[in-house]
Amino acid sequence: MSDSWKPTDDAQVLEAVAWASAEEVPLEIVGQGSKRSFGRPLQCERDLDLSGLSGITLYEPGELVLSAKAGTALSEIRAALEDARQELAFEPPDLAPFFGRPAGAGTLGGTIAANLSGPRRINAGAARDHFLGFQAVSGRGERFKSGGRVMKNVTGYDLPKLLAGSFGTLAVMTDVTVKVLPAPEKQRTVLLFGLDDAAAVAALSAALGSPHEVSGAAHLPAAVAAGSSVDFVAGAGTAVTAIRLEGHGPSVEARCAALREALAAGGPAAAAQEELHSQRSRTLWREIAELAPFVVRPELAVWRISVAPSEGPKVAATLADLPEMLHYFDWGGGLLWLGTAAGGTAEEVRVRGAVATVGGHATLLRAPARVRLAVPVFQPLDAARAALSRRVKEGFDPRRILNPGRMVPEL
Amino acid sequence: MRMPEPDGAVIARKRAIVETLRTLVPGPGGVIFDEDELRAYETDGLTAYRQIPMIVVLPSSTAEVSAVLRYCHDEGIKIVPRGAGTGLSGGALPLADGITLGLSKLNRILEVDYPNRCVVTQPGVTNLGITRAVEAEGFYYAPDPSSQIACSIGGNIAENSGGVHCLKYGLTTNNVLGVEFVLMDGTVVRFGGKHLDAEGYDLLGVVTGSEGLLGIVTEVTVRILRKPATARALLLGFPSSEQAGDCVAEIIAAGIIPGGMEMMDKPAIHATEAFVHAGYPLDVEALLIVELDGPEAEVEHLIERVDAIARQQGATYHRASAGEAEREAFWSGRKNAFPAVGRISPDYLCMDGTIPRNRLPEVLARMREMSERYGLRVANVFHAGDGNLHPLILYDANKPDELARTEAFGAEILKLCVEVGGVLTGEHGVGVEKRDLMGAMFDETDLKQQQRLKCAFDPDQLLNPGKVFPQLHRCAELGRLHVHHGKLPFPDLPRF
Repeated sequence: MSDSWKPTDDAQVLEAVAWASAEEVPLEIVGQGSKRSFGRPLQCERDLDLSGLSGITLYEPGELVLSAKAGTALSEIRAALEDARQELAFEPPDLAPFFGRPAGAGTLGGTIAANLSGPRRINAGAARDHFLGFQAVSGRGERFKSGGRVMKNVTGYDLPKLLAGSFGTLAVMTDVTVKVLPAPEKQRTVLLFGLDDAAAVAALSAALGSPHEVSGAAHLPAAVAAGSSVDFVAGAGTAVTAIRLEGHGPSVEARCAALREALAAGGPAAAAQEELHSQRSRTLWREIAELAPFVVRPELAVWRISVAPSEGPKVAATLADLPEMLHYFDWGGGLLWLGTAAGGTAEEVRVRGAVATVGGHATLLRAPARVRLAVPVFQPLDAARAALSRRVKEGFDPRRILNPGRMVPEL
Repeated sequence: MRMPEPDGAVIARKRAIVETLRTLVPGPGGVIFDEDELRAYETDGLTAYRQIPMIVVLPSSTAEVSAVLRYCHDEGIKIVPRGAGTGLSGGALPLADGITLGLSKLNRILEVDYPNRCVVTQPGVTNLGITRAVEAEGFYYAPDPSSQIACSIGGNIAENSGGVHCLKYGLTTNNVLGVEFVLMDGTVVRFGGKHLDAEGYDLLGVVTGSEGLLGIVTEVTVRILRKPATARALLLGFPSSEQAGDCVAEIIAAGIIPGGMEMMDKPAIHATEAFVHAGYPLDVEALLIVELDGPEAEVEHLIERVDAIARQQGATYHRASAGEAEREAFWSGRKNAFPAVGRISPDYLCMDGTIPRNRLPEVLARMREMSERYGLRVANVFHAGDGNLHPLILYDANKPDELARTEAFGAEILKLCVEVGGVLTGEHGVGVEKRDLMGAMFDETDLKQQQRLKCAFDPDQLLNPGKVFPQLHRCAELGRLHVHHGKLPFPDLPRF
């Protein structure tokens, strides 16, 4: 059992990291631990628990900006935003149940460090696109800041982009500032029934290329659709393709009607359509975002595969014979969630091989620790980018004390 | 402007360097070294600063870019990257002992991919050129800097360019999917592609907006969007900038994110109206252009809501565009604000700070006070939605000391932006123009950490030296770790 430090202010974080840097003691950086089993398993002498570094420090709805201590619970952020009818537009998913932890766990800092985004990523951008600025302590044991609290800023390098998705391997963020946006007044989801993967992604592509501002585009093959808690989806008895429209009331209604008409004119989708309103629509997209099909299958290893949308169905087809393969698509086909029996190297070779032929990346989001030690969790980089990443790490954390090896052994 | 001391030994080797470059870039016009021809490259959009480069090289392929960089890396020769030369912060200001590497010959669109809604292009294609290539199918590329007819997409990536639609559609960084990038040692790398999100560190996000200090973009993949079905604009006049600012805040508080939301102050209104006759009211202190875009039903609905908000906030003039011609007329004034100001003054300097929007009245009041103190007029245009302020300081370069006074005035404005919680530059970049002001926003530790990132890409600091950072440190010095061994920290720190 590792020793844990729980600082309550920035000075304590600085002191802890400076000490660890001087003594070359590796630290595992933890928020609420909701995504602790995402990445390679760590064996650190100490944990640096940031959940005590909590609280919203600035929230100006009219300015669309919110700052908080990095360890602030995401649930607290969501509650404050809801009061002003705003939200984090990148739709951060609650993956705690997927990782076997209580729903609702997770911090704002952890969400950014993992660059987690939901279905709306296709038009609203990822966590990194909403991350405006931070204060942090580098692995050198120095406090520094980058970015700001305004959304248009090109002063110096965009270090917020670098820290988003760096899994705590470069610096310990203490304060973060994000862009927030008005929550959509209304949402509707158009469902198409019975399409195979390729036809579904073609339909999604047509919808995304329409002027109807689609904010969610997913395809659930029959085996996944059957498990939904939304009656229209589970009861379909076939594959379900879902297209979400959000925004101001009259706009959503008009776009929904226009989209249905366009899809009907487009071919086989004509015969089988349905429409989900408010609560049902929200439930479906929460299931898609939170990996509900895999929450109930905890024994499966789960891959997150990002490719050009049109390549998604090909990758899935190539991998269809993996043991107990279960899959669905988000992001218009560009995000393939794929579960398979938690084997190891053989599956990894298959998955990465399939991705290599089309370009993109595959991340082993969930697997037993022994598997995550044995196979690369993150997409291996080519030599040039790997060397560049090592040099970047060297500049921020030369002694490799921050989450060493969480992404790849050498970082 | 103090630039790094030119290296006489490199300049003395100019002839030999030219000969080698000609073998690396053999095409006609690939290497320019004649003084008269070099003069075309002596400045960019920030014309106050000029320097004739030692040599200009215009490669025609990634392989040529790589070869030139590898050679310069091995020989210790500095490189200044250049796109279309429209940048407003002097990022492409040449060096007397450096090679300006222009990307203008890499000017082809490589692929338009509608199913995946992206375009793959070479960096020398203009911003507007991308939209032109896809507009027949109803698509466009969203970021629209005002120089979009001339500026290149490679330059947009170097500067992380914005435009008037950033609040809703983001800056360049939010619209780029991937790049091919050549490091100073000639290594060709790819970040991103047609897929989303990075597989390791987000190096695409890092090189976007890096102002030519980290490497050279040789290919770009951007996402394209379907053109909104319709767009309408409202022209709103207010008796005070406070009321205009309140109106903007109320629009956003009502959950409305307009496609564009621009503000102009009285001097800017008068200058543009005299120039383009856009039909702007002249008896108001502040003018807002609010553009709603999207499906027709949405635009009709929101135009009414915004108009109602504006009336509540005391708008004394309001007019909604009735057709496309009128909408364009509303914009024509704003889009011609810079040349319009150029007409009423021999010279002007365009500043580019961003502020928290609710500090606008205070910033404008203090700017008026500065304007009197410096004896220089100022006109303001403002991307009101995102807080990006463009004060235009009017001066006459032929009058002794006016440029110096103008620069001092500009610096004071930018420091004010930082003081109220904003930043030095919202979309034009730091370049040489704001380099020496970086200390107003960042402390030494912040700046050194940024420079360590530079060291990961270009340890010999041969790429665009003298830009962005007020002080150059050697990478060896930056890498040094000052270790203070001590007791286990704070016994009072909670431990579990």
